[in-house]
Amino acid sequence: MRSPGRRPGDRPPSFRHITTPLHRTKAADVSQVLHTPPRQAPTADDLDLAALAARHGLTVSGARPSLPEYVRQLWARRHFITAFATAKLTAQYSQAKLGQVWQVMTPLLNAAVYFFIFGVLIGTRDGVDDFVPFLVTGVFMWTFTQNSIMAGTRAVSGNIGLVRALHFPRAALPISFCLQQLQQLLFSMIALIGILLCFGVPVATSWVLAVPVLLLQSGFNVGVTMVMARLGANTPDIAQLMPFILRTWMYTSGVMWSIDATLRNSNMPEWAITAMRCQPGAVYIDLMRFALIDSFHADHLPPHVWAVAAGWAVVVGIGGFIYFWKAEETYGRG
Amino acid sequence: MAEQTLARTPEQTPAPAATPAGEPIPTVVVDGVDIVYKVNGTGSGRGSATAALNRIMRRKEAEKSSGVRRVHAVKNVSFVAYKGEAVGLIGTNGSGKSTLLKAVAGLLPVENGRILTDGQPSLLGVNAALMSDLTGERNVYLGGLAMGMSRAEIKERYEDIVDFSGINDKGDFITLPMRTYSSGMSARLRFSIAAAKNHDVLLIDEALATGDARFQKRSEERIRELRKEAGTVFLVSHSNASIRDTCERVLWLERGELRMDGPTDEVLRQYEKFTRR
Repeated sequence: MRSPGRRPGDRPPSFRHITTPLHRTKAADVSQVLHTPPRQAPTADDLDLAALAARHGLTVSGARPSLPEYVRQLWARRHFITAFATAKLTAQYSQAKLGQVWQVMTPLLNAAVYFFIFGVLIGTRDGVDDFVPFLVTGVFMWTFTQNSIMAGTRAVSGNIGLVRALHFPRAALPISFCLQQLQQLLFSMIALIGILLCFGVPVATSWVLAVPVLLLQSGFNVGVTMVMARLGANTPDIAQLMPFILRTWMYTSGVMWSIDATLRNSNMPEWAITAMRCQPGAVYIDLMRFALIDSFHADHLPPHVWAVAAGWAVVVGIGGFIYFWKAEETYGRG
Repeated sequence: MAEQTLARTPEQTPAPAATPAGEPIPTVVVDGVDIVYKVNGTGSGRGSATAALNRIMRRKEAEKSSGVRRVHAVKNVSFVAYKGEAVGLIGTNGSGKSTLLKAVAGLLPVENGRILTDGQPSLLGVNAALMSDLTGERNVYLGGLAMGMSRAEIKERYEDIVDFSGINDKGDFITLPMRTYSSGMSARLRFSIAAAKNHDVLLIDEALATGDARFQKRSEERIRELRKEAGTVFLVSHSNASIRDTCERVLWLERGELRMDGPTDEVLRQYEKFTRR
């Protein structure tokens, strides 16, 4: 008796195991059974199988696709990316009584805390016009970057079940998490517009600039998130470390204070101050302030600011994507 | 080899699809495969922090003493599955069935050997993509998209999926969050979503064990349908009855080794003798 797929003259490679008696091992042996048996030299069967596979054009299961093919696959999954992001965002507050109101409430409460500590208690508001809009814009923009990165470190390691169950380009996960944070930021922007109007910031055509700023920041964030996703997939310990790195980054990015106003009269060298203002943490925040707040003039911005902002977005965005793709076949394994 | 192929005698129905020359078309070739897991943090509680440091400093040689264990889950397994076959995978708990299935799906790396497939085999299951806080309706869409279906495809099959799951038999449950479902109900919905897509090579891991008797019967029918459309079906199950109903060939894994490969009746007879011991 043979299985239907088998050819008579062909000894099925697997039958050789049947002749091996199964040892009844003692309990103590059980973990020792796990030792690797010596690898046998390729037998006729092995060659036969390889030839058979080659003849029918079978390919290795789970191999990494080429970069253009990867981009194509990712594009084909774009609806999954958006649906996953929206689903995560909706699920976040679905158990709360106020429901989606928290989308706007959470950023407002955050801004209130920072206003109390930095505006009232420490007094970084001195020398900054329209301090509340300045602070709130900074906090919201920074939250987008920070949460994207934090979500990114767990994008693969926290969704290992999904990665091990379904086939899709894994880059869909970090991108989706970034998109979720962007959607969150858009809710915050509604709150922000309310705050701006309350504090007497006039509506201006420069508000349109918020769109390119958000796009560039998203490009940068997607790149960093992908880098973090790969690092976090290999070394989950990164997630423990990130809060400290992010906090340091936040305090040096002028989220709650003005780098320009505070350091102008310090004895810090000019190049160091320019470097601080050109790093991506600060540049997108300051650009958004420039777009939204009328008293935040162009002279508060570092030189060639749009080129710097676009440069970070393109280099980090594309670099991060390629870095993530390079390890595509290793995610969810081992 | 071609001569041998021509001499092949048709035995059981349904016969695997074959090329004009009469040679059956292989869809999955597993060639001398070993799968090894590395597990972190198996060291004893005392001194495990220093052990972790040790591991970082000295890498390889410290692996065993510092609590990295290598689990050899699948050992030198070879087989070929052909188009039109339904292959059952049996074995006692922890014998490596699910691991082998995941490796065939390309979701686990192999230590030695190769797994070659025709197209991309898919595991039947979308559990991980679904969110219990969302309604059943949104989960149908989310699960479908996660499996790579388009929105239009899902819309087209939406009614079928819901009807098949029987979620709405007892009222309008599909618009409630999945966390309000009973475990049987959510298992049924998950299976219905997963079974909505046609696959070239379909891998099913104990999916039939869910739901009530009526649903089990329906899902077995659906599996048979999928099998007709799909090239090859692999089924992991502890239910000998469902293996007997769906598969005509069975692979028996024991402690990661392929113990037997043959027609269902023969292998199951041996297996039943073995498990009664």
